[in-house]
Amino acid sequence: MAAPTTHEDIENQVRELQEKRRAVNVTRDDEGNARIAMGESGYYDKDIYGGSSKANYGGYVDSIAANDDIDDDEDEHFAPQLGKKVQYTAPLNQLSDLSREERDHDPLAGRRIPKVIDKEDDYRKRRLNQQLSPSRYDPFAGDKTPDVRSERRSYADILRDNQLKAREYDLKQQMIEKAKEGTLKATNGDIVSKPKKRIGRWDQPSDADGTPAAKKTSWDEAATPHVARWDETPARLKSGAETPSQKMWDSTPGPMTPGGETPGHTTTPSARRNRWDETPRAGAETPAQSGWAETPRADRGSDSIQDTPSAQQAKRRSRWDETPAMTPQTGAVTPGMTPSMTPGAMTPSGLGAGQHTPGTFTPTGAPGVYTPMGLTPSGQTPSGSKAMGMATPTPGHLVSMTPEQMQAFNWQREIDERNGPLTDEELDAKFPPGYKILAPPAGYIPIRTPGRKLTATPTPFLGGTPSGFKMQTPDQKTTMVDLQPKGQNLPMMKPDDMQYFDKLLVDVDEDNLPPEEAKERKIMKLLLKVKNGTPPMRKSALRQLTDKAREFGAGPLFNQILPLLMSPTLEDQERHLLVKVIDRVLYKLDDLVRPYVHKILVVIEPLLIDEDYYARVEGREIISNLAKAAGLATMISTMRPDIDNMDEYVRNTTARAFAVVASALGIPALLPFLKAVCRSKKSWQARHTGIKIIQQIAILMGCAVLPHLRSLVDIIEHGLVDEQQKVRTITALALAALAEAATPYGIESFDAVLKPLWKGIRQHRGKGLAAFLKAIGYLIPLMDAEYANYYTREVMLILIREFQSPDEEMKKIVLKVVKQCCATDGVEAQYIKEEILPPFFKHFWNQRMALDRRNYRQLVDTTVEIGMKVGASELVSRIVDDLKDESEQYRRMVMETIDKTLSTLGASDIDSRLEEQLIDGILYAFQEQTSAGDADNAVMLNGFGTVVVALGRRVKPYLPQICGTILWRLNNKAAKVRQQAADLIGRIAVVMKTCEEEKLMGHLGVVLYEYLGEEYPEVLGSIIAALKAIVNVIGMSRMTPPIKDLLPRLTPILKNRHEKVQENCIDLVGRIADRGAEFVSAREWMRICFELLELLKAHKKAIRRATVNTFGYIAKAIGPHDVLGTLLNNLKVQERQNRVCTTVAIAIVAETCSPFTVLPALMNEYRVRELNVQNGVLKALSFMFEYVGEMGKDYIYAVAPLFEDALMDRDLVHRQTAMFAVQHLALGVAGLGCEDALQHLINYVWPNILESSPHVVQAFMGCVDGFRLSLGPARVLNYTLSGLFHPARKVRHVYWKVYNSVYIGAQDALVAAYPRIPGFSRHELDYML
Amino acid sequence: MAERYNIHSQIEHLQSKYIGTGHADSTQWEWVTNHHRDSYASYVGHHDLLSYFSVIENESKARIKFNYMEKMLQPCGPPPERPEE
Repeated sequence: MAAPTTHEDIENQVRELQEKRRAVNVTRDDEGNARIAMGESGYYDKDIYGGSSKANYGGYVDSIAANDDIDDDEDEHFAPQLGKKVQYTAPLNQLSDLSREERDHDPLAGRRIPKVIDKEDDYRKRRLNQQLSPSRYDPFAGDKTPDVRSERRSYADILRDNQLKAREYDLKQQMIEKAKEGTLKATNGDIVSKPKKRIGRWDQPSDADGTPAAKKTSWDEAATPHVARWDETPARLKSGAETPSQKMWDSTPGPMTPGGETPGHTTTPSARRNRWDETPRAGAETPAQSGWAETPRADRGSDSIQDTPSAQQAKRRSRWDETPAMTPQTGAVTPGMTPSMTPGAMTPSGLGAGQHTPGTFTPTGAPGVYTPMGLTPSGQTPSGSKAMGMATPTPGHLVSMTPEQMQAFNWQREIDERNGPLTDEELDAKFPPGYKILAPPAGYIPIRTPGRKLTATPTPFLGGTPSGFKMQTPDQKTTMVDLQPKGQNLPMMKPDDMQYFDKLLVDVDEDNLPPEEAKERKIMKLLLKVKNGTPPMRKSALRQLTDKAREFGAGPLFNQILPLLMSPTLEDQERHLLVKVIDRVLYKLDDLVRPYVHKILVVIEPLLIDEDYYARVEGREIISNLAKAAGLATMISTMRPDIDNMDEYVRNTTARAFAVVASALGIPALLPFLKAVCRSKKSWQARHTGIKIIQQIAILMGCAVLPHLRSLVDIIEHGLVDEQQKVRTITALALAALAEAATPYGIESFDAVLKPLWKGIRQHRGKGLAAFLKAIGYLIPLMDAEYANYYTREVMLILIREFQSPDEEMKKIVLKVVKQCCATDGVEAQYIKEEILPPFFKHFWNQRMALDRRNYRQLVDTTVEIGMKVGASELVSRIVDDLKDESEQYRRMVMETIDKTLSTLGASDIDSRLEEQLIDGILYAFQEQTSAGDADNAVMLNGFGTVVVALGRRVKPYLPQICGTILWRLNNKAAKVRQQAADLIGRIAVVMKTCEEEKLMGHLGVVLYEYLGEEYPEVLGSIIAALKAIVNVIGMSRMTPPIKDLLPRLTPILKNRHEKVQENCIDLVGRIADRGAEFVSAREWMRICFELLELLKAHKKAIRRATVNTFGYIAKAIGPHDVLGTLLNNLKVQERQNRVCTTVAIAIVAETCSPFTVLPALMNEYRVRELNVQNGVLKALSFMFEYVGEMGKDYIYAVAPLFEDALMDRDLVHRQTAMFAVQHLALGVAGLGCEDALQHLINYVWPNILESSPHVVQAFMGCVDGFRLSLGPARVLNYTLSGLFHPARKVRHVYWKVYNSVYIGAQDALVAAYPRIPGFSRHELDYML
Repeated sequence: MAERYNIHSQIEHLQSKYIGTGHADSTQWEWVTNHHRDSYASYVGHHDLLSYFSVIENESKARIKFNYMEKMLQPCGPPPERPEE
């Protein structure tokens, strides 16, 4: 039969094939389960593979188990998810490809909400290797929980598991050893039975840590013949396909594909080709239809198919294969054939068996059209998501995609849309008129076959897989899955949430659900609300979860929360919220959590080593609550197996968790256990972890370890002489931590370890020695002087030897220990000078140490500490010459050391020779600096300033030289240099005054004055600050340039918008207004007043404050009248902040010039019928009464009518401001006999009690407080009594609020004022003598 | 808005933690009971008052003190029955 050419032909052929298949199926149905259901194993073409494939291919496993255990090996990195969730994952290979892709390029990197995983380093990522272990049997439950021993794992089970793992680890190590020696022989049997290590399903394949690497070696070595053949495609082994079952997969079709790839075929020769890559293969591989969904019989039996090189023949049909790329080759395939291009998971209807998968594509449909079944969100249609190879992103599959895939899919879709061919209309729109469309050349046949198109433009989807169908569906937007969960009021899901919350996408009748499912659904809803909801939603959901925690039960709750927390796409905020849920739930569940303790720990322990401080605190809190809920026994029995886990990560986190448990339940409770662990004979890992626990306890609890110090030291003491180096090291570190926590007490507890420690430093080298030295460094400060001296001498020999160690870590520790030793009392300066200083300077004071930031810091600290002992001159004389070193970084280090030393010790013991060297050095260093960093400049500046200030008068001879340098640098081209020079003037101005160099300062002042035209605001700010410093020390009258010249020059600078300029300028102007106002004319001051109004708008509070104060000074200098006029006018402006500041200024003027100068004008201004002005007046009064305090008693009768009017105003803000003013007034006049006026005012204030605006409420409550103080609580109580039991709840509410405030404020005073209540009289009050 | 989270928004809650404060649902009985307790506490706390009362009652101050302490327990009798609940 010729290849079908017309549509009818194809239809017929299809129908024929379907008939045939149906016939085959009927016979199969007799056998029971002829259809290969999702997840079942397939079978092979018996003719090709022989009747009993075992005979020929005994070495192969002849079934491809989609879901069997053997399969797990290949998914090593993504070990199965918990429970049923596993079926929702997308093809893991794609996941892995994708994540690799993403690592290469991420266009949206900047706009992404930080995820937890992004911040983690490789070590922290190891948390993803952990597995949520099954729940455990709770032996402590007694009768409370039903015995579920059968389902849950007991302690014994876990220990057995652990042993197995340890053995496995051992064996692997041995294999690696052997592999290295080349003696490793592997057989197929081994391959299959090889113990597999299951890792948490979340693991990413690219995490190339220990285990897989180890495996790789062994498998590479164990090259069986089959493998060797597959090695022809070298990409395989590299691309992470080295898991054993891989071979099982690939080897099956192997024998049938002698050529592997058909030459000449347009395969994409991708370097990353692995088995997942759908390279369009040639037809030679036809029989290799390893897909379990294939029906070999039909394949072979139908002649028509063999005749037509149609899809299924043309392509290599493993179930992984879904490339439609072959179809165009036949040239005969119309879209009607598409079904046969569907992924292997979809039983290809082209083969005639199609009808049995409802989820499959309709054969006649356009490519990519899917049946509604595909829409079922949970993806549980027969076309189910287990079909790993499915690439067609129908909505049903979208559900099964992992977030990364989803993102990639969306991204890809967008790209596709953009890169799609332009339509004629679009082209018309784009081109200017005048173009015409040419006819295509005669021989041109456009590529119409979609598959070809795909290979022609290999846009990578999901890691290089040209995925066919989505490009052909134009309406892809509609295929997007609805992320809005059904049901009432649920927040939107993120694509990442799909795998956890997909059930919510289905609208079900919840009343008909079985109770378990209903509960699960309920929890799911609440969790979704907590995770994605708005704050109120979250709050109520959290409360519901808490309240119903016991009703839901621990199991259902944790089974949903914990996987969520393991999700790799979790964001910080989400993690925080979920952790919060656990915290609340824990509290409620109490001992019901016991079976889940380990699961929770697996999730929470990583928080303990998080880089974020708050995450660590949160983790501690949870574990501490967990310990309190579950009890010590459960905690110990749960965590005990992890103590000697093979994985260092697990041991580390467990140790930290144990420390938290100790702090929660008390150290004594844990002591016996720790004792046993630290003495464990079985494994050194246990001892190591035990000692680490003690170290962590010390770090965590600080001085709280003191009561148990001796027992803790006793427990770990023997670790110093352990046979394992690691144990000895950690013991020393633990001792260091204990000593640090105990400082300065508890040396007697360490008696026992002193000897082994000091012996240890003679025996150890390298890392161990560093740890021992660290311990000694922390122990020495605990000792009394005599011992400290002795032990320092002992250890110093070693320290001096280690001075020359090239190891950075060792250097840091040595420096630290030297610092600690030198800081103790017993160590004498003489000894340090003779023994320590020469080698110390020889080995540490070099340029290399200055390069590393941490070394730099440590070295400066240590040197300064030594300086404290040996004196400044000893130290400075040793390093002063280095100020002229050629390395700038080194000079800076020297400068900083001198700075710190001199600022604490002073320069009194520096002789004249050294003084000369020092000045010479700092001048050199100052002039030679080149780097531009602010911090770097500051070091030089501070150093210079400190030296000059420390030398004081002695610097006089050098001042001309210094000023010369400054002047020269003030004229420098670089702005930074000018700025630094000006800053330096500010620092040394005081010293210049002490040296009586007023002439020099005057000169500097003039120069600075000339530089006021500076255009860089940073520099200008510094120049003004320098001027200010000079003015401050030489006084207004002797200032050059004279103030009357200086101030007019400053006035325009006030307009400058730069904060630094503004701040310094207003400071200087204020200073002049305060001290030297008389040098400037009143008119100039008025001009400045206007400028100052602008400054009230400044963002920086310091500027506004300085401005307002300056108003006060000016008002004092030139009288309040003019200033007040300006300010009152300013009340009319629109801008609120400006008005507020103006009122403050008015109040300050009133304060400095007495209220009576201001009040008349102010009250007169109130008559202006303009809201802003009146408000401003009230506000000014409010501030004024606040500032003048009890002076208010003179004015209360004057302002009372004004307040009367204001408190009756219709405007709410008016009354509010008036109430604030009354509050301050009342507070000010308390106890000064103004009760009559106040009584009058409270009658106006009180009706505002029922106002609801928060500001008014606040003003009213403040006012009531004021009255309570000035009128007395009894009076106020009488006002409240009328409303306490008012029939209207709202009235009662507010009256009780007032009552409470009075009650809290004056509880005792109210005793005398409570009303007499009939029947409950307090008859004692009636007593008369 | 910043005002929502300042101290004034919480002052009510803070005050409600103290015994003796009330709320819209406080009953007269609770209120009066608090009066009495506060009063007795005040009598006991103010030495002068205590002396005064002891002179009038012709009892020792310790006795008076003791009596007042005793009276603090339900000074207004047991809480009234609430028919509506």
